[in-house]
Amino acid sequence: MAPSAPPGIGLLKGLGVTIKHLFQRPSTLMYPHERDVLAPRTRGVIALMDENCTVCMLCSRECPDWCIYIESHKETVPPAKEGGRARTRNVLDRFAIDFSLCMYCGICVEVCPFDALWWSPEFEYSEYEMGSLLHEMDKLREWADTVPPPPPLDEGAVLPAEVSDALAKVEKERELAAAKELEAKQAAEAPAETAGDAPKKGKAAEPEIHVKAGEIDQEAFDRLIAEGKSERMARSKAKAAYVKKEKARLLAEAEAAGGDAEAESPAPKAAEVKVDAGEIDQETFDRLIAEGKPERMARAKAKAAYVKKEKARLRAEAESDTGEGTGADEPAEVPSELGASPEAARQALDADGAATDDDAAPEVAAEAATTEAPAARKLGDIHVEGAGEIDQEVFDQLVAEGKSERIARAKAKAAWVKKQKQAKLDEEGGA
Amino acid sequence: MMLLVTSGVAPYLAQAESILDVGDTFIVPLLLKLAFVLGIFFVGPLVAGYLEHKAMGRMQHRRGPVEAGPFGTLQLVADGIKFIQKEDLIPSAADKWVFAMAPGVALVPAMLALLVIPFGPGVFALDLELGLFYVLAASSVSVLGVLMGGWSSANKFSLFGGLRAGGQLIAYELPLILAAIAVAVQAGTLSLVGIVEAQAEFMLFGTGINLWYVIPQLLGFGIFFVAALAELSRPPFDMPIGDSELVFGYMTEYSGIKYAMYMLTEYAGMVTMSALMVVLYLGGWQLLPGVPLPGCEAAGGLFDCGVTGTLLGVGVMLGKILLLVFVMVWLRVAYPRLREDQLQRIAWLVMVPLALLNLALVTIAKVVY
Ligand code: SF4
Ligand code: SF4
Repeated sequence: MAPSAPPGIGLLKGLGVTIKHLFQRPSTLMYPHERDVLAPRTRGVIALMDENCTVCMLCSRECPDWCIYIESHKETVPPAKEGGRARTRNVLDRFAIDFSLCMYCGICVEVCPFDALWWSPEFEYSEYEMGSLLHEMDKLREWADTVPPPPPLDEGAVLPAEVSDALAKVEKERELAAAKELEAKQAAEAPAETAGDAPKKGKAAEPEIHVKAGEIDQEAFDRLIAEGKSERMARSKAKAAYVKKEKARLLAEAEAAGGDAEAESPAPKAAEVKVDAGEIDQETFDRLIAEGKPERMARAKAKAAYVKKEKARLRAEAESDTGEGTGADEPAEVPSELGASPEAARQALDADGAATDDDAAPEVAAEAATTEAPAARKLGDIHVEGAGEIDQEVFDQLVAEGKSERIARAKAKAAWVKKQKQAKLDEEGGA
Repeated sequence: MMLLVTSGVAPYLAQAESILDVGDTFIVPLLLKLAFVLGIFFVGPLVAGYLEHKAMGRMQHRRGPVEAGPFGTLQLVADGIKFIQKEDLIPSAADKWVFAMAPGVALVPAMLALLVIPFGPGVFALDLELGLFYVLAASSVSVLGVLMGGWSSANKFSLFGGLRAGGQLIAYELPLILAAIAVAVQAGTLSLVGIVEAQAEFMLFGTGINLWYVIPQLLGFGIFFVAALAELSRPPFDMPIGDSELVFGYMTEYSGIKYAMYMLTEYAGMVTMSALMVVLYLGGWQLLPGVPLPGCEAAGGLFDCGVTGTLLGVGVMLGKILLLVFVMVWLRVAYPRLREDQLQRIAWLVMVPLALLNLALVTIAKVVY
């Protein structure tokens, strides 16, 4: 009580405060009926993306409660190169977090160097028994489906190291391509040689078909939903299915085109349309700005639009040249995603029409660069897309041997990838 | 005490007739009265408890119970069912018989006190000539149950709680009784019904203005209210429970139905004490000072009422009781617990002298006018 105030006034003030609150709205949120909007990075539960985990044990060791249990075994991987050294790697057998001990400090998530642990905002996993709070790997893996995407970078932020590295690489490739173009121009006097080169390049490109994964395969999606899969999982699988289908289609087209090229005039198909990506398409830019898009995004899109237009123009020119039978005059290479038919290239470009980043065009160049890989390849050099598949035969066999379904699946996956690689290698060898 | 009563002019001497005295048989009125007292004893605390839940919740920006029953009204019933189902634990070192009896010893006097309290015109079980004396005596026995529980639990926190309750009772019983005596002096009777009637007939000195005793005895009312809070161990005088110091005081070792009995005693005590205050100071079942209830003719509009008058009287009485219960809850939310030494200091250095002063003033005034 303040000395100046008459005695007892503080008591009355206290009564005043409480009676005032009696008539205010309670701040209760009727939880099971209403739901709060959680903060975007809420610490609800810890999710594990086990494919990222290298069993480095950092999380387990740093956990203040020692409530992360990891078990693993070592596997020997045959040497990647002939005469090389066989390597060992750790295979995760068990990963469990005891949420009855966890104090949600987040140290494990912070410390994981391989982005295997994530916070998910799901929090409704209370149990009637304490032991049920021990979440094993499969459950932790399920939580991973609920992890929200990372927040976008701030405007003007420094790009992550891996992205800027990739961009630098692409820049280099482009310079290389420019140099090559110059060379090709100089070699224009020997058209026969160029014509002979082209089909080979077209062929080499075949296994390297790249499809942008923005779309999903509606059919597959519906089927998965009907099977009771979570929407998230269904979407990702449907995406994969779309990519696969699209690849198959493009491959078929490319082959057909390749066949045509061999028969008639191969030059324009393999021609490289070199576009300077520094320019922007003023029209697109103005339109986007008018739509209220930020300037940065508008510029990026306008750039992409310019590149697309320019390419289309150059291609058209090249085609008309072929029509006149003087295809060898401008022996440019088309760094399209397919490196083959212009039609497919256009489709590929459409597929990434929504891409906002400026690296859409450079990527194209990068893809083209890989087509020039040497013919003699090792197994390890070959990259196989779509590791989602498994080798059913191996899988069945392992399950029959009494292995856990999870391990069997992982091994069957590996087996599939290996087979696929071998098949490609054989194909290339044959070509 | 008797001297004081007989020396006053008693306008009311005959025992009033309860409306529960139906027929000529002995058994029917008995059953009716039992049902009446038990009904008040079990329903009153539920209503008071619900009021406390809700008012406390709202004052603390919460909603209080909402799920059990409409607006959560059945929450305490649900709690009661839960308590009955719980395991009845008795510590192995406890004095088993005393431990088991203690809640009952606390509960029964609280029930008995309700026997003489009038809840409306003619609505009471018994009109004792020594009604006020009886209520205060009966409600004081409750603390015996608390002391027994604290002593027999074989737990130092329980013991502390029990002894604090004993000390608190002795300290605050005195001002409580002194304040009540002043009322009895002014009314000239110890009968609770008689006190209500005396209030209806009390006129401000020399004028025709009817007043309840709360006006001439405002000091006495304040003393009685604070002392009643302390008697009931209600915050801010809940040192016997003192959950931040003594775990849960004398109730630490109790669980299940026995714990529920202690809680019931506390809330029944709230209702009883509030009813007593309404009878002593707030004019009982009268709507306003000097305004007779509709339908009541005899004795200043206090008795022989029709059905509407009786019901209205009971409603007014219950409304006043709930108002006082609300004030108790309000104080609980607003004030922190006092320290044990502060409690004793206030009792002996402030309350007792003030109560004596109040008694002296009332007595002098009574003699002069
Ligand atoms: S959040 Fe903290 S306590 Fe919980 S598992 Fe991770 S490191 Fe351990
Ligand atoms: S820190 Fe990450 S990579 Fe290492 S064991 Fe833990 S989850 Fe796996």
